Amino acid sequence: MRVRDRVTRVAEAVTTPLLPADYLDLFHPLRSGAPLRGRIEHVQPETADAATIVIRPGADWAGHVPGQYVRLGIDVDGVRLWRAYSLTHGPRADGRISITVKAVADGKVSHHLVHGMPVGSLVHLEQATGDFVLPPEGGKLLFVTAGSGITPVIGMLRNLFPVTDDGVVRLPRSDAFDITVLHVAPGEPHSIFAADLRALAAAGAIDLIARYDDVHGVLDVEDLSRLVPDLDARTTFACGPAGLLDALEAHHSGRGLELFTEQFRPTTRVVGEGGTVTYARTGTVVEADGATALLDAGEAAGVLMPSGCRMGVCFGCVLPLRQGSVRDLRNGEVTTAEPGDGVVVQTCINAAAGPCELEI
Amino acid sequence: MTTIQKKAANPAAHLSPEDVEEIGRRLDEIRQSVLDTRGERDAAYIRRVIDAQRKLELGSRAVLLFSILPPAWVVGTTGLAIAKIIENMEIGHNVMHGQWDWMRDPKIHSTTWEWDNASPADQWKHSHNELHHTYTNVVGKDNDLGYGIMRVDEEQRWHPMYLAQPLWNFINACFFEYGIAAYDLELGKNLASKKRRSSPDFKARAKVTLKKIRNQMTKDYVLHPLLSGPSALTTLSANFTANLVRNLWTHSVIMCGHFPEGVETFEKTSIDGETRGEWYLRQMLGSANISGSQAMHFMTGNLSHQVEHHLFPDLPSNRYAEIAPQVRALFDEYGLRYHSAPLVAQVASAWHKVFRLSLPNGFMEAPASSVTLLATKRGRRELRRRPAA
Ligand SMILES: Cc1cc2nc3c(=O)[nH]c(=O)nc-3n(C[C@H](O)[C@H](O)[C@H](O)COP(=O)(O)OP(=O)(O)OC[C@H]3O[C@@H](n4cnc5c(N)ncnc54)[C@H](O)[C@@H]3O)c2cc1C
Ligand code: FES
Repeated sequence: MRVRDRVTRVAEAVTTPLLPADYLDLFHPLRSGAPLRGRIEHVQPETADAATIVIRPGADWAGHVPGQYVRLGIDVDGVRLWRAYSLTHGPRADGRISITVKAVADGKVSHHLVHGMPVGSLVHLEQATGDFVLPPEGGKLLFVTAGSGITPVIGMLRNLFPVTDDGVVRLPRSDAFDITVLHVAPGEPHSIFAADLRALAAAGAIDLIARYDDVHGVLDVEDLSRLVPDLDARTTFACGPAGLLDALEAHHSGRGLELFTEQFRPTTRVVGEGGTVTYARTGTVVEADGATALLDAGEAAGVLMPSGCRMGVCFGCVLPLRQGSVRDLRNGEVTTAEPGDGVVVQTCINAAAGPCELEI
Repeated sequence: MTTIQKKAANPAAHLSPEDVEEIGRRLDEIRQSVLDTRGERDAAYIRRVIDAQRKLELGSRAVLLFSILPPAWVVGTTGLAIAKIIENMEIGHNVMHGQWDWMRDPKIHSTTWEWDNASPADQWKHSHNELHHTYTNVVGKDNDLGYGIMRVDEEQRWHPMYLAQPLWNFINACFFEYGIAAYDLELGKNLASKKRRSSPDFKARAKVTLKKIRNQMTKDYVLHPLLSGPSALTTLSANFTANLVRNLWTHSVIMCGHFPEGVETFEKTSIDGETRGEWYLRQMLGSANISGSQAMHFMTGNLSHQVEHHLFPDLPSNRYAEIAPQVRALFDEYGLRYHSAPLVAQVASAWHKVFRLSLPNGFMEAPASSVTLLATKRGRRELRRRPAA
């Protein structure tokens, strides 16, 4: 056994039943070996309801490719909530990462991030992921960005064309790219990064077509070939609301054009009464009504479900809810989870409220 | 005490089924009012407690590195005993109840928490959360009543062996954590027959428990003493003392929860087809509170609010004190007795019962306090309870 392993073993025996990490976390939460976290170092308002948040990630941050996003967890009203945010800088020399968040109406996490996180707060992080990234070989590209959908794109552009005090720098790695950006937003004052895009256009780094709903009216994808004359020669990367992406998809597939998209809202969850319950590991799928507990539905279908009191008291029945919505039969409260949210539910007092998937 | 069904005057006899369901509805309302306001303040509370507990434990163990010096021994042992009590009661017990699961923090969660105690979390959760909290005070189902080794009810047949039960109870108090581990393993039942002894399930569980005990012992009685160098022996005695203090304290608090004179027990058949209202009522009649200072409530892990805890085992413990007045008002309104007395009185009452039931029925009287006059808002009815058995 290596010395290091041996030391670890002894340290674990000294702190059992906890781990040495549980004590170290009290003093050094960003150290190597800790669960990945970051500390907010700076909050820069972009518009009235958007801000760029600069984070120093923990020592184990593995880096990212511009265009990728990070899943970030914060506690809102005491509850850990996870959301994805695009990284808006290419890898930075100082090792910091940044995200730019737009506070959406009634948005729990986005509001908190924009308005309620003091500098110095800790956030939980996962490693960067996502394949909405620049093709390494370069080429003729069209970016279609709507609203906060500009964020992954600005990350790529900043990496290609860094801005210094002397203005936009043209690096050799950007030579292979010919980029047009079609940016759509409700109005210029609310448009994140509008100034950055203009600066890049002024420096000749990109061709910018800005369309503001209040000036130009809502974008119709049929106008695309008029707005971007060499559309057919370009590969399109689009990021924005589902409606726009769907329209683009239809438009591009009709013309046989290549399209890569990134959607900020994965799928709209339909919350209803009852639904299809998937017991993922056993592969069992049942249709359960809104009055049947997930525990009963699973047992009736032959799944070996953990249970205890069967009345919501003992927590002997909790299982991870991978995704979907469930409703508490006692007070009607709905719990919704997306993959990776780490939500667990008591199966004896929750019923399906739409399609849902349990980890068992 | 006698199971409630056999009592001449059942303390809930004056309640109609509608009353019972109304009580259930009102209690659900209280529960909901806490859920509606549960949030950041509560999360901050438990994080603060965990943070402080860990620092207290680290600090105490650091002081004990010099335990050869008597003041260091006293300070370190006191700190460690307090840290262990907080870890077991306000943190461990309550986290494992799922009181903090709503925060979705995987580090403070009933499914991941392991505590500084001989019994492995999984086994404790089964016997405590599933059996004790579901079958509270049902004789023959809830082994917390006497832990299967004591006579806890007049109706249990007396046997000369019970003469020694005060001694058993004291020994159990001193080594309570092992008592709990044995009890979570259902050791008595499982060792009784060869078939049970050799069942793979029992063997697997016993292995887990033994490993946990070995780890715990290695930590407190080998590694930390060794780390203390010249202070090895005194650190060993300090750790032993801290565990002993923790055991005596937790045993006392837990004995107060359901064992004082006047707390009701129930028959197995009585809970068949129980409604939510009836379940609530059983919790109300079967639990007893400890009154006292905020510090005392904290050190009992808020189990001093046993009544509230049993009604709402999954509400955050810091909220029990807040809802206690509402719960008490409901008891008063419906003419039910809300058991509450200072720690010393409750411990004495529980011990009195241990002694009383060690003797055949009739040798020692139940204290007068179990004859209660209850005034109800609705009709000022008098309820008389039989004095002793
Ligand atoms: C891959 C990926 C990258 C993302 N990158 C960014 C980014 O760089 N910057 C950024 O601000 N957001 C980004 N998002 C969106 C982000 O993850 C959150 O969905 C968003 O911040 C809203 O979360 P919330 O908790 O505030 O809203 P919720 O409390 O979850 O929702 C509140 C209301 O807002 C609606 N809503 C949810 N998401 C959105 C949305 N994206 N736009 C409009 N309405 C919404 C909901 O339907 C609901 O009605 C990204 C999402 C994905 C999947
Ligand atoms: S089985 Fe006890 S809480 Fe679900």
